Amino acid sequence: MKKNVTNQPCCQDVSDRRSFHARLSMILSAIIGALIVLPGVGFVLAPIFKKTNQKWRMLGKVDDFKEGATVLVNFEDPSSEVWAGVTAKTAAWLRRVDESEFIAFSINCRHLGCPVRWVEGPELFMCPCHGGVYYKDGTVAGGPPPEPLDRYQVRVRDGAVEIHTAAVPLTTTLTFDES
Amino acid sequence: MNQRLRTAWNWVDDRIGFSDSVMPLIAHTVPRNARWWYVLGSATLTAFIVQVCTGICLAMAYVPGGDEAYESLKYITDEAQFGSLLRGMHAYGASAMVTLVVIHLVQVYLHATYKYPRELNWMTGVVLFFVVLGMAFTGQLLRWDANGVWSVFVATEMAARTPYIGPVISHFLLGGETVGGSTLTRFFAYHVFILPGMIFAGVGLHLFLLFRHGVSEMPNVDQPVDPATYKQEYEERLKKTGVPFWPNAMWRDVVFSTLVVGVIVACAAIFGPPALDASPDPANIHANPMPDWYFWWYFAVLSLLPPSYELWFILGVPILGFLVLFCLPLLSNKGHRAPSKRPWAVGIVIASFASFIVLTIYGYREPWSPDFGVPELPQSVIGAKEGPVFEGGKLVHTKGCLYCHTINGYGGHRGPDLSNIGKQLTREDLIIRINNGGYNMPSFAGSVNSQELSKIVDFLMTRVEP
Repeated sequence: MKKNVTNQPCCQDVSDRRSFHARLSMILSAIIGALIVLPGVGFVLAPIFKKTNQKWRMLGKVDDFKEGATVLVNFEDPSSEVWAGVTAKTAAWLRRVDESEFIAFSINCRHLGCPVRWVEGPELFMCPCHGGVYYKDGTVAGGPPPEPLDRYQVRVRDGAVEIHTAAVPLTTTLTFDES
Repeated sequence: MNQRLRTAWNWVDDRIGFSDSVMPLIAHTVPRNARWWYVLGSATLTAFIVQVCTGICLAMAYVPGGDEAYESLKYITDEAQFGSLLRGMHAYGASAMVTLVVIHLVQVYLHATYKYPRELNWMTGVVLFFVVLGMAFTGQLLRWDANGVWSVFVATEMAARTPYIGPVISHFLLGGETVGGSTLTRFFAYHVFILPGMIFAGVGLHLFLLFRHGVSEMPNVDQPVDPATYKQEYEERLKKTGVPFWPNAMWRDVVFSTLVVGVIVACAAIFGPPALDASPDPANIHANPMPDWYFWWYFAVLSLLPPSYELWFILGVPILGFLVLFCLPLLSNKGHRAPSKRPWAVGIVIASFASFIVLTIYGYREPWSPDFGVPELPQSVIGAKEGPVFEGGKLVHTKGCLYCHTINGYGGHRGPDLSNIGKQLTREDLIIRINNGGYNMPSFAGSVNSQELSKIVDFLMTRVEP
């Protein structure tokens, strides 16, 4: 059909116009698509690039924590989303090593992120999901975890223990980040 | 009245073209021998319709917010009229959909229906299968109790293992660097808009391809698929022996779908919806995260694997699994369809099914997990009222031995049973073992002092089976 049309000298114009219209429609459709989709893509991907301003949170007085004891502490993520409610909460296992030294372990197992529990008697952290076990210093004692428990930064200021909020520790394999 | 109705229908039919365009599709000729084997696809679609209807109702009360989701689910379950039934239907409908889509896939694989010219029928089906699994996972997560929150953590940790872009995917899933306000809203959008949209589009394409290439015949040993002649032969056979889909073949689909919906509603009414776990507080460490039953096998795989293979399974099962299934018809699209001529296919199905069952049982029992709730050994088991053996019998509980080891029927299953350890190891071996630990056993040198150790060993030496 098209071939017949183009063979006739009279219709060369028509054919040109047709292919121009087809191309114009396709280009404009692509532009419409881009205009609709791109802001959405930006909106959805934005959280990946957003760096959270991590904050110091107070956990309690130094004297509230017994030397040698490991206790669960709660604090809030520095989220700006007020509707996060209870999900903004995070916990850490805080260990008072001696007079002035504190260690705060992430509760996330390094295997697949489940919440590890401190078991007082044997002084071990144990994970309920796949049986990961850690010593009191966070090193792996058994099970599948590939790395020791992650630690938060802790400091003592004016007699109060403070913890520095952080992103969920992710166990990665190959990364761009060499540090 | 009847006459008037008919006139009205004729008017509508003439303008809409139901008899001209839709009827030929519904009444298209299908092989006579299809019978009960072919009811699974339509039943999956019926289960999907159940999900859409109940899902829309649930969305009218569900609030996808960090705090409110849990409360709104409690309201749906405990207070709203029919809320419990609808949640139950949505949960059992999900199980039905996953089950039916898998059986449908297995049936199509066993009958090699994916061969020419139905390669794309299979490939769209595989995409739909994975989208359905995505729906199952995100749906479990929208329950937004402790289990839901920890499912997000597990998902992000698994995604984080992806080389190079892992953390980016994780932060995309979380909607930030931690679980928070943006996490649930995003999963809500996946579950309610994006994935169902993909299912609608996928089912549309899947059905279009079904009509385009016709329903396959039952495999016949004498009719291997040859792309050069298949279509012509198929048309000829169909002309001779085919029957219209509506109503000759479709009644079976309707009967089976009725059964499916009946079972879904009955289960929802009798057993009710799955109970809500504790509140979605990420600071609550007493959660015991566990996927829904269709992922227990994978849960088991992740515990049983040596760590060095782990990456391959975490990423390989979803990605390679998808690619292998998706590309299957590109690798073999002609030749025999009959299972009797395809022993490998039958073997693969049997092996997969057996692995699924075994791993599911393991996943349910979680023998690798420390048993946090283990009771103390009763005095009758310890076999002493005082002295070092008695104290040792108490210490195996307080020092956590029983979390992983069973003694006379008490305790966890992670480590070896110690009921006969007095015969198996010497006193010296036991001391070395407890102090130094061993494969998967922590060293207790730092947490058990020498007196405690001596009592524990005293007790363990009495563990001798008659």
